[in-house]
Amino acid sequence: MGKYIKFFIVGIFFGIVLVKSEAVSWYRIFEMFKFQSFHMYGIIGTAVGTGILLLLLSKKNNVKTIKGTTLNVPLKERGFTRYIIGGTIFGLGWALCGACPGPMYILLGTGAFSIIIVIIAALLGTYTYGLLKNKLPH
Amino acid sequence: MEYILQPWPWYVSGPCIAIVMFLLLYFGRTFGMSSNLRTLCAIGGAGKRVAFFKFDWKSQRWNLVVVLGAIFGGFIAHYFLSNPIHMDLSEATVKDLTALGFNDIGQSLLPPELFRWNSVFSLKGILILIIGGFLVGFGTRYAGGCTSGHAITGLSSLQLPSLIAVIGFFIGGLIMIHLIYPILF
Repeated sequence: MGKYIKFFIVGIFFGIVLVKSEAVSWYRIFEMFKFQSFHMYGIIGTAVGTGILLLLLSKKNNVKTIKGTTLNVPLKERGFTRYIIGGTIFGLGWALCGACPGPMYILLGTGAFSIIIVIIAALLGTYTYGLLKNKLPH
Repeated sequence: MEYILQPWPWYVSGPCIAIVMFLLLYFGRTFGMSSNLRTLCAIGGAGKRVAFFKFDWKSQRWNLVVVLGAIFGGFIAHYFLSNPIHMDLSEATVKDLTALGFNDIGQSLLPPELFRWNSVFSLKGILILIIGGFLVGFGTRYAGGCTSGHAITGLSSLQLPSLIAVIGFFIGGLIMIHLIYPILF
């Protein structure tokens, strides 16, 4: 149990940040895809900027994980088709229901229980991908 | 306290998200929320029928704990750390949504037109949520990641596949908002 507590705390922090930044809001996603506000671009931009900096600094200073291993980011396989097609399908859904996988769970906590329908549908979508995986171009 | 109760500006929120990513890497894991959907399918027994779900899901329990935390964090933020919601959306957005027939814009995190139960149980309402959720779940696994895995972690580590995926996210999002929404609403 003890080894899980740190993940629970990181999760709490993540949930608070996404609610307080309004990134879980359908309205903010709509606004982003309409290019009508800098808000979401500012969030993603500073997240990536800070992320790049943190990863560069940890590499330079040879930071180890708590397990003592080298801190590294899992590498995505090379490719194009799966990323562009899968990404586009994801984007269509993201803009339609205004929630990506993190916010889906977080919204549950804010009492927006109808989001459970989106979560169940997302599970179904994931299952369908698993079913069709070998037939799809990657 | 007033600073916490107000919505947080982007230049505070963005770096906080990067810290979440970094902490998970520091713990020897990674930041990827959509992987939990696959894990939940595996727990539900999908591995018996489909090889994609035949993996040691117990090794992914830590990520489900992150999800539990995130739900709890959402609860805390919404009920204890927020003033009544009055989102500072751009005027253009409010105008566009009004034209599409939306009311009470930005008075709650989610539009009642889509997420209130009586909207959910109309044919159009339920189809929007089901199709939207399905496309997110299918697309994220096809692309091998979502906003956290590709847009935050992948771009922070300068990976080309993630850039391609994020471009895809935007192609899809722009098609939906600019071409499909005007038909839907």
